Amino acid sequence: MTIQSSRTEDAGAPRTRANILLAAIRYVFLRVGVLPFFLVFSLVVFSLISNQFLSIQNLTNVARQSVYLVLVSLGQMLVLITGGFDLSVGTAIAMTSVVSAMAMVALAPVMPDMIWLAILLGAGAGLGAALLIGCLNGLGIAQFDVSPFIMTLGVQSVGAGIALFLTGGVPISGLPYDFGNFFGFGRVLGIPVPVMIALLAIVGIWLLMNRTKLGSHIYAVGGNVRAANLSGVNTKRVLFLAYVLCALLASLAGLLLTARVESGETNLGGTIALESIAACVIGGVSLRGGLGRVENVVLGAFFIVLLQNGMNIAQIGSYMQMVLLGSLLVLAVILDQFRYRMLVGDR
Amino acid sequence: MDNANTPLVEMTRISKEFPGVKALDGVDFRLQRGEVHVLFGENGAGKSTLISILSGLYRPTSGSLRIDGEEVDLRSVHDAARHGIGTVFQEFSLIPTLRVFENVYLGRELKRGPLTDRRAMAEGARALFHDLGFEIDIRRRVSTLSRAEQQMVEIAKVFLGKARVLILDEPTASLTEKETRKLFAFIAKAKADGVGIIYISHRIQEFREIADNISVLRDGRLIGTVSARDTSEKTLVELMTGRAIDQIYPEIGRQPDGRTLMTLRRMHGAGFHGVDIDVRAGEVLGVAGLVGSGKSRIWRSVLGLQPIRSGTVTLKGRDVTHAATRHMLRGGVYYLPPDRKGEGLQLAATARENIKLNLLGRAEIVGRLGIVAPRRARALADKIGERVGIASAHMGRIVSKLSGGNQQKVLFGKGFGEERDIYIFDEPTVGVDMGTRAALYRLIKEIAEAGKAVVVISSDLPEVMNLTHRLLVFSKGRVSAELTGTEIAEENVLKYFFAETGIQP
Repeated sequence: MTIQSSRTEDAGAPRTRANILLAAIRYVFLRVGVLPFFLVFSLVVFSLISNQFLSIQNLTNVARQSVYLVLVSLGQMLVLITGGFDLSVGTAIAMTSVVSAMAMVALAPVMPDMIWLAILLGAGAGLGAALLIGCLNGLGIAQFDVSPFIMTLGVQSVGAGIALFLTGGVPISGLPYDFGNFFGFGRVLGIPVPVMIALLAIVGIWLLMNRTKLGSHIYAVGGNVRAANLSGVNTKRVLFLAYVLCALLASLAGLLLTARVESGETNLGGTIALESIAACVIGGVSLRGGLGRVENVVLGAFFIVLLQNGMNIAQIGSYMQMVLLGSLLVLAVILDQFRYRMLVGDR
Repeated sequence: MDNANTPLVEMTRISKEFPGVKALDGVDFRLQRGEVHVLFGENGAGKSTLISILSGLYRPTSGSLRIDGEEVDLRSVHDAARHGIGTVFQEFSLIPTLRVFENVYLGRELKRGPLTDRRAMAEGARALFHDLGFEIDIRRRVSTLSRAEQQMVEIAKVFLGKARVLILDEPTASLTEKETRKLFAFIAKAKADGVGIIYISHRIQEFREIADNISVLRDGRLIGTVSARDTSEKTLVELMTGRAIDQIYPEIGRQPDGRTLMTLRRMHGAGFHGVDIDVRAGEVLGVAGLVGSGKSRIWRSVLGLQPIRSGTVTLKGRDVTHAATRHMLRGGVYYLPPDRKGEGLQLAATARENIKLNLLGRAEIVGRLGIVAPRRARALADKIGERVGIASAHMGRIVSKLSGGNQQKVLFGKGFGEERDIYIFDEPTVGVDMGTRAALYRLIKEIAEAGKAVVVISSDLPEVMNLTHRLLVFSKGRVSAELTGTEIAEENVLKYFFAETGIQP
């Protein structure tokens, strides 16, 4: 009731400058979500703390560091838009890292003249491991109606266990030099290879979501699964594919991370599930499904890395950073609830 | 003050405004002791708003409310209950996992010291049910009760608070004939005890039996209060709609010997038993029956939304029994679900996006690789929007912000996305005003006269009677009558609503 009455007052109030500003804030909030406000706030705060923060060098640095989170967030976005989420993205990264590293280490001595083939096969093995995780998630959630929370939580533990079992907890070293040199530190046309790959992925996912039937179906399944079914959408297939794509995108991030650290490690994706969900929600993806835009998610991921970078410059310890990041996620979700209610109406 | 002549409830010049809508406009309403007063009107006429004010859910924008001659300001349902006003809403407020007496005392638990006194509550509930004449074991869990029994529990809850005014919102909507009898017997008893009863219903045929007076509402205004005994049903409908019946329902031409497009044979499933139906091109097939008669569920099982136990569905010569929903849709069937918010629409998407979703099966919109041509999709969606009468300014708006009528037009528009042969409309005009209804009926006429098969499933009796060429009446999961032409008359249809057996061959 109170909301409704305040709205009528809005309509009747004179168009003062403050009112126009409020209307603009409301419009941006409804269209994009909380991201612009968070972004402006942190830019102001951190640039006041340090004058290095806004330097080109630092921002390029942030861009390069954000590649991994961008990739994972794109995948997370797909499943969030279907109305679920994926807690096993970290495991997908760990499995990719361990399996691809083991394969490369095993294959490289066998085919010393074809080191690129060994790298390719190794990368394929890593992607295959993540594909398995995605299929497992998709099968449980789409076919057996397991809640995404339980399914991906379970798979997360299963995958992490297997990765630790395979390595005994020890990092796998001795990867082919070219792998790290190209995928970790290489440049093509002056652009770092990881950034290049992320850009390609962004364009690909943007096309998927905005220009293909599958993309429209992903939005529809998350918006109202029963209505989607009655519109002829194969809802189970769409759900399944969303989880598979999510795992594959995480896996891609896993490969790039492995190349960067030049070893296969089980702890590469430790906090990425939380960070990627935060990036999406801050980027305006609704946890109720059906809403979310690729470009905003990319900015959301960029924002998270920017925030971490800023906090490092401001010499905030990593423990305190965890506290801040978690709080930010919850705050973003609360604001998302308001936004959804404003969009869909008070019920 | 002469107590006997003071009205129990007196509402004077009540208005209620919501942003952009005047839901009630200067309505007067009186209720005497021992009176059964029917509120009658279309969906959206203001009946619910009026009882919501009386039951403390809303506060009126202006106007006064007196109970027993005393001016009151009801701020909550609790407040209303203190004044002896009890409401049984259509949506029950029972906790299915709790027992009957626990539900009756929910929020008003009897206590002994710090602990609840379960024995006293059970005793109290048993005495209350005995007084009211309800035969329900008060230790049963609510989830095991029938709909009618749940309603009795709901009524008992109200009477635990010593109600003087009882508001019943569509109480018979989902009751069987026998259960309805029980309810009417209870109403007669309560009336004799001096309780004032406000009764909301669409079932005109019930009024003469139980009502004293009928107040007709239309577009938030009180059109008039008439005596139930000497007002004909025709007069009531014309008061309700504000126009003669033949202005609303178009004459739909029937294709003489339309090809049979879909046949259902010996269909069994949850809610229907041994049903045979033929769906023919160029004909509007009506399906009537009470809630729970199986009239809707048979079609949902055809669409693959609920399982078919046995029987066959043939679509244009192909056996499609057990086919998935999307295969039925691809086979040329469109289904308009009765619950547009739950099943029909993408609420957070725009009207245009909702319509576009059904265009994705068209070759000129989606290329071989699944790439969508955005401009073409938009243009086509807008064309469809224009055809079903959605203002172009509304196409870009979030669909949940549109009126019920416009939402229903979007649902109709989704049906025009691809070429279809069979249109199944389940409650096509639920919660839609008369003007929009007339527009939707014209669309149904267009579809049928273009040689498509149309099925209209409806609880709105005038709608199925006036639109359809052939009318199936469902009763207890069977087709109890198939009526055509002049056989489609109200007494005839109602007679078969309660028929115990199917058609005798």
